[in-house]
Amino acid sequence: MADNRQAVQDIDRSLYDFKDDESGQEFYRIEEGLTEDIVLQVSEEKNDPDWMREFRLKCLGIYDQTEMVPWGPAIDGLDMGRIATYVRHKGEMKTDWADVPEEIKNTFERLGIPQAERESLAGVGAQYDSELVYHNVREEVAAQGVVYTDLESAIRGEYAEMIREHFMHLVPPTDHKFAALHGAVWSGGSFVYVPKGVKVEIPLQSYFRLNAKGAGQFEHTLIIVDEGADLHFIEGCSAPKYNVANLHAGCVELYVAKKARLRYSTIENWSKNMYNLNTKRAIVEEDGVMEWVSGSFGSAVSFLYPSTILKGDRSRMEYTGITFSGAGQNLDTGAKVVMQGEDTSCVISSKSIAKDGGIGTYRSSVIVGKNARRAKASISCDSLMLDSRSRSDTIPAMDIRTNDADIGHEARIGRISDEAVFYLMSRGIPEADARAMIVSGFADSVSKELPLEYAVEMNNLIKLEMSGG
Amino acid sequence: MALLEINDLSVAVNEKRILQGITLSIGEGETHVLMGPNGAGKSTLGLSLMGSPGYVRESGTILFDGQDLTELSADKRAKAGIFLSFQNPIEVPGVSLSSFIRNAIHEQTGQPVKLFSYQKKLAAAMELLSMDPSYADRDLNVGFSGGEKKKAEILQMLLLQPRLAILDETDSGLDVDAVRTVSQGVEAYQESRNGALLIITHSTRILESLHVDRVHILVKGRIVRTGDASLIEEINRNGFEQFIQDGDR
Repeated sequence: MADNRQAVQDIDRSLYDFKDDESGQEFYRIEEGLTEDIVLQVSEEKNDPDWMREFRLKCLGIYDQTEMVPWGPAIDGLDMGRIATYVRHKGEMKTDWADVPEEIKNTFERLGIPQAERESLAGVGAQYDSELVYHNVREEVAAQGVVYTDLESAIRGEYAEMIREHFMHLVPPTDHKFAALHGAVWSGGSFVYVPKGVKVEIPLQSYFRLNAKGAGQFEHTLIIVDEGADLHFIEGCSAPKYNVANLHAGCVELYVAKKARLRYSTIENWSKNMYNLNTKRAIVEEDGVMEWVSGSFGSAVSFLYPSTILKGDRSRMEYTGITFSGAGQNLDTGAKVVMQGEDTSCVISSKSIAKDGGIGTYRSSVIVGKNARRAKASISCDSLMLDSRSRSDTIPAMDIRTNDADIGHEARIGRISDEAVFYLMSRGIPEADARAMIVSGFADSVSKELPLEYAVEMNNLIKLEMSGG
Repeated sequence: MALLEINDLSVAVNEKRILQGITLSIGEGETHVLMGPNGAGKSTLGLSLMGSPGYVRESGTILFDGQDLTELSADKRAKAGIFLSFQNPIEVPGVSLSSFIRNAIHEQTGQPVKLFSYQKKLAAAMELLSMDPSYADRDLNVGFSGGEKKKAEILQMLLLQPRLAILDETDSGLDVDAVRTVSQGVEAYQESRNGALLIITHSTRILESLHVDRVHILVKGRIVRTGDASLIEEINRNGFEQFIQDGDR
């Protein structure tokens, strides 16, 4: 563990920024743009069952007819005509790390992925561009009946029916334009099924790396946690920076059954040419618990609002998130909750840090349906502005259809006080470190929720951002 | 040469001159007391010595161990061996008291701080100050009572082991027991490192159990009188009234 932490502490931007050459013969890259032909090519590449091919074409039609939402950051820099929706290495997915192609292995080695698996994870999936290159789960976890695999093989295997029943049912392609896009060209991603009563003691992790220039990543994550089961799933994302736009329009669908618990943690550090238009949604049955932990550091533009439908009585949701917007970044993040069952409750705690002209917007929506008796919601958002050029907005929406709901909302915007900086400096801490310490302290409620290695990584990302790296 | 030599120091805050030509020297291991009525500039002197931005030196020099401090930032002054116990310690959310002090020791010494021996020292110092051990893991000063904040300052002093500690009204707002506890901490500091002290106070309770070398009376930004510990008695009897006219010179 000690060695691992050292490795993480030593990170600098080059850790995420290295680019691996993909011009060689071993990569297959679809032509740029979005047409029926291209969608059919993706479908063929993936050897889709018929229903999936039909579904993709239907999604393309919806995409063409759907307008971009009228709110949020501009995405003018994104031209779908210049995005390659599918890029993959020609090798097959491996379950033994040693078999992963050398150049790809190097990428993940540098990001510390296989090491993390050896030390603290129950299973790991690694996606490189459009496809998983590696997937493995510990034997003892597999022996409990836990399924953790790439979605493609799941679609054709034992769980085909389960996937067909759940795939894009929670996030239908009509949800918004980029959900439709996702449905048309999705590839990669993971499928997890945790059987009734099974508690997975250590987390599963998927790591997404988009290495190709001018490409999109459209992975689909589908997780079903059955009755009384318990899972912690972690996703990490990164990409090197190019001077053309890249697109991430992934989709995450989470099904939490009665009395089950799912924690979904994300540390996202996409490069700053990335449009991150991701959709995440969970549905929770009676007495189920959904916990989101989210750290957003990267991308040029993000639209990201993990949403939760508290369908069952006494179901609960907690969201803990932090967003760091630096120069040139416009990050529009938050959470959405739809409370339907009786005695449902949610706690949303959001923090945002804005620096060097970055724009951070907290956008949330809390909907209490007419049957959601005695719903409780507590929302707090804190913003820390590191200079006067940056911007921080809070846009909380509430729609409450009952008369016995207990709803609390508080928002605070602050700056780093000179007194606090001086106080820390008076103990021998140099000014830049004192500022970083205050910012890390501000983010502490989020890093506390993360496993140690990720908390360390997040603190290092904060230091990196603070030093203007 | 004295440890601290202040020569003709004048300081302005918001373009208003607060300190007017202060000259003061403190030798290694000596305990000096700075007294004076409210608004005399006592805290300004402490903050100026620590290098607080906004306290603008208009003239004069500050030498510490022969080194000119006047252009140094607060962190460098701390590394040189100066410590200020704040009158109003700042709350820093998300940074625990324990990890903060450990970080500060690491910064000051440049050496890694061994966790186990550090935790033992921290626990011993907290016990000396009658602090609940759970405070070690609490966020720095966040939600601490006034008394706990002052104890946390003395705790930092004991672990950072400065050569000169400036205590700015550390005794104010404390009950009798807490003043006694804080005094014990200050005594421990005097003994363990032969540490020098500049104690800023307008009461005398904290001084009862301490050996005092010199007492300075500050009125309207000027030191109007310097004497030995007997000056404390005089002030206890007669107050500052007799000195106030001296400040008008």
